Amino acid sequence: MTASPPDSAPNPGPGRESRRPGLARWLPLILFAGFLGLVVYGLARPDNREVASTFIGKPIPAFALPPASDERPGLDNAHFTGGKPRLLNIFASWCVPCAVEAPQLAQLTAAGAEIDGVAIRDRKDNLARFLAANGNPFARIGKDDLSKVQIGIGSSGVPETFVVDARGVIRYQHIGAIMPDDVPMILRKLKEAGQ
Amino acid sequence: MIAELGLAILWMAAALAVLQLVAGALALRPQGAAMVGVVRPVAVAQGLMVALAFAALVTLFVTTDLSVKLVAENSHSAKPLIFKIAGTWGNHEGSMLLWVTIMSLAGAFVALVERRLAENTLLATLAAQAFVSLGFYAFLLLASNPFARLAQPAPEGAGLNPLLQDIGLAFHPPTLYVGYVGLSIAFSFAVGALITRDVGPAFARAMRPWVLGAWIFLTVGITAGSYWAYYTLGWGGWWFWDPVENASLMPWLAATALLHSVSVLAARNALRAWTVMLGVVAFSMSMVGTFLVRSGILTSVHAFAVDPARGSFILVLLAIYIGGALLLFGLRAGTVTEGARFAPVSREAALVFNNVMLCGILGIVLMGTLYPLVTEAFGVKVSVGPPYFNPVSAVFALPMVVVMAVGPILRWKDDGARRVAPVMAVPALIALAGTAAALLAGVGVLPALGLGLGGALALASLLPLRGRNLRRTPLPTWGMVVAHFGLAVAMLGMASESAFSIERLAALNPGETRSVGPYTLTLDRIDPVAGPNWTALQASVSARYDGGSAVVLQPQARVFANPPGTRTESALLTRWNGQLYVVLGEEGDDGRWQMRFWWKPFVPLIWLGGLLVGLGGLLALVGRVARDVKRLVAIDKIAFRRERQGR
Amino acid sequence: MRTLGSVVAAFLALAPLAPVAAQDSMPPAPYAYRQLPDAAQEAKAQALMETLRCLKCQSQSIADSDASMAGDMRNEVRLRIAAGEQPEAIRAWLIERYGDYVSYTPQLNTLTWPLFAAPAVILVVAALLLRGRFRRGRKA
Repeated sequence: MTASPPDSAPNPGPGRESRRPGLARWLPLILFAGFLGLVVYGLARPDNREVASTFIGKPIPAFALPPASDERPGLDNAHFTGGKPRLLNIFASWCVPCAVEAPQLAQLTAAGAEIDGVAIRDRKDNLARFLAANGNPFARIGKDDLSKVQIGIGSSGVPETFVVDARGVIRYQHIGAIMPDDVPMILRKLKEAGQ
Repeated sequence: MIAELGLAILWMAAALAVLQLVAGALALRPQGAAMVGVVRPVAVAQGLMVALAFAALVTLFVTTDLSVKLVAENSHSAKPLIFKIAGTWGNHEGSMLLWVTIMSLAGAFVALVERRLAENTLLATLAAQAFVSLGFYAFLLLASNPFARLAQPAPEGAGLNPLLQDIGLAFHPPTLYVGYVGLSIAFSFAVGALITRDVGPAFARAMRPWVLGAWIFLTVGITAGSYWAYYTLGWGGWWFWDPVENASLMPWLAATALLHSVSVLAARNALRAWTVMLGVVAFSMSMVGTFLVRSGILTSVHAFAVDPARGSFILVLLAIYIGGALLLFGLRAGTVTEGARFAPVSREAALVFNNVMLCGILGIVLMGTLYPLVTEAFGVKVSVGPPYFNPVSAVFALPMVVVMAVGPILRWKDDGARRVAPVMAVPALIALAGTAAALLAGVGVLPALGLGLGGALALASLLPLRGRNLRRTPLPTWGMVVAHFGLAVAMLGMASESAFSIERLAALNPGETRSVGPYTLTLDRIDPVAGPNWTALQASVSARYDGGSAVVLQPQARVFANPPGTRTESALLTRWNGQLYVVLGEEGDDGRWQMRFWWKPFVPLIWLGGLLVGLGGLLALVGRVARDVKRLVAIDKIAFRRERQGR
Repeated sequence: MRTLGSVVAAFLALAPLAPVAAQDSMPPAPYAYRQLPDAAQEAKAQALMETLRCLKCQSQSIADSDASMAGDMRNEVRLRIAAGEQPEAIRAWLIERYGDYVSYTPQLNTLTWPLFAAPAVILVVAALLLRGRFRRGRKA
């Protein structure tokens, strides 16, 4: 049973004690301005859904993958040490952009880069067909059915390419297919890794 | 033809909105007396026009008119009729048209039935409503035309996303939209009152039914959405603090606070500034939610058709409307200082405390949802999810539940803790004993508190009925009791689901059996089945409760063609004490079928509680409206009698 | 690069929908859909998986996703728990590779401390706003 007092004095007159609203009344507007600034930044920034690896600068973890293809040996981490910087390409036959970057990988090998591949969740026959159709730039191809190596180096999709230096330390990650414009940059990163 | 007609009608409705705004603004001035009679009819006409435009769009979808771009991109001739209709709002343009339609219809409804509000304030309200509508009309007509034609009619439509081809789509978005957009009425009321400087109990009593109405739809819409996600996503989750889910929760939190604040203003002429501020904030949260969902700045499972250009447009609207309203509030805050005072232990104080708690949760949810954007500015990506939101919102929610238990029995203005302590003894005991028992049983801290406090609240919410003649108890009081009880029920469901759910993953051959909780489940066989626009593999699973007779459940894994995709159709079996949830997965290389089984004790209470909360609101609304109608009829009778006597 | 980004984004947008193309045809990892035999270990694993983010989905935990990489991550988590690793160590192992993004539990550091301070700040601000609101002393 709520008491309903009559509508007397809808607003306090000057005599009644009433607290001045003070600065608190501008607080919502100020907070909103902050919100606006934040979302303007959000709209302006380029849309980036990629998750970059934070394992750059760390040594490639220990792994030993069986061969994914009858034409190439399997891959292990020891292969990366004691030589020159190499490229590690995470790919799969079911990955559409991987076919797109095949010519660029061929370009890189022609320029002297050595590429090893890790095939994610791939069947041997599908992979063989993929390599036949798109060329085989890889020195070795490891079969990673459980994404172990992929997770181990912080890769979150296919295709991705990593630059690994002669001590086995990951130096650079390129997310997505390598486009023609990216080839010089990759070669440069390889050279930097050699210094 | 229909598309062009629809577009033309939409332009006319926009023109009427302009007229409504101009006439309303002019009518507020002393020289504008002639405009006063124009505003209400124009508002009604605008509502009717835009409803016709919406009907035109629905017709285009129902007839699968493939020369219209929207239909070609989102519909398909083989779709079942209900999804053709629901598909109207299963896309960006259509849902924006739904938004504008509801906004205009709400304004028309106000113009038709609102009799309590002071004339000036009503005119200001309708003008504000038209002003806000105009922004969305502009958005629709200039950047999201639903009636755009294709140069060549498409041979066939792209179809509706299979995840959306469910009865939930027919129900969840429209309900939610009536809630979101219904809050625009509260927004317009608040702005109107700020303009005319008329914030008092009469204003509050006029505003309350509109807030209640929108709030009921929001409550039901969120509940429906949660249940839909639960049975359709195939993993038994019912809330993930996903940005789009948060976008619907934030207006609800503000609207709940507003609802209680408006009651205090109506009853005690207190919390004026608070009420007006919340009126602005509630719809602002609706708009912020719409913006977040459509702009693509946050990653979400609900990915609408995202487009930063659209996001920018809505952002400009946000800046104008929310910024304008908050600026107006800052400028006029002097005239809406607080009214009557009250003691620290009183019903007002309890309501203020809980409003602060609700706003606290609102702040946390907003901050957590936007925080990944902040860190991205520094080049770092973070994820803020249930492990953050659950405990941090509990910091505010649990004290709120405690105060909610005692608030309804506190007196207005001033009360003593000593008076209510004996009454609260039993609920307090339940809270302590329940929590302790749960903790001892190995339940986690949060679910244990949920069980204890939920039980306590369930009892405490019934206390206002103590000692009353139940048949003479006013409906609004029943509404409060049912709504608070509903929240307690939902809490118990949530805590139970969290604490007692059992999951079993099994790879089964037909004929094999697995048990989960009290159920023994046997995979009988797998059959191919076909639907109107899908094919599926269907499992027949016999479920026996405690060895009783078998009930057959038939989960499916469906494959759609237009557009291509798959969706699991989970099978649910509901008992009084819980729900059995069965999902069919893939066939393994060894021929075994991947099955997922859950026994979730008391989980339906979550949504039953949500519906009860909505029901409580409905009872309160009916009670108040009935009282208003009775009063108006009585006033009319008295005026009529006086007239007769005076002759 | 941007066009590829939008292609990838389009595929990611369909992730909960399991598109027919761009998916591998290999069977799921052994422990992607199999629970650990020890109930206590499985509970620990499940609790952890619910707080780890699926990297190929729009916004789902690895416990709630049918994506094959999520399944591989579940497999990894379960095997490590079975081998005796602590959940927080596994989380740290993943964060070392993917950053804080992979964990739905925000980690306390110089960038995220406002998230943790927020509840206290809100309570303090609320108390300040309400101070002086109440009538002191005399009862009605």
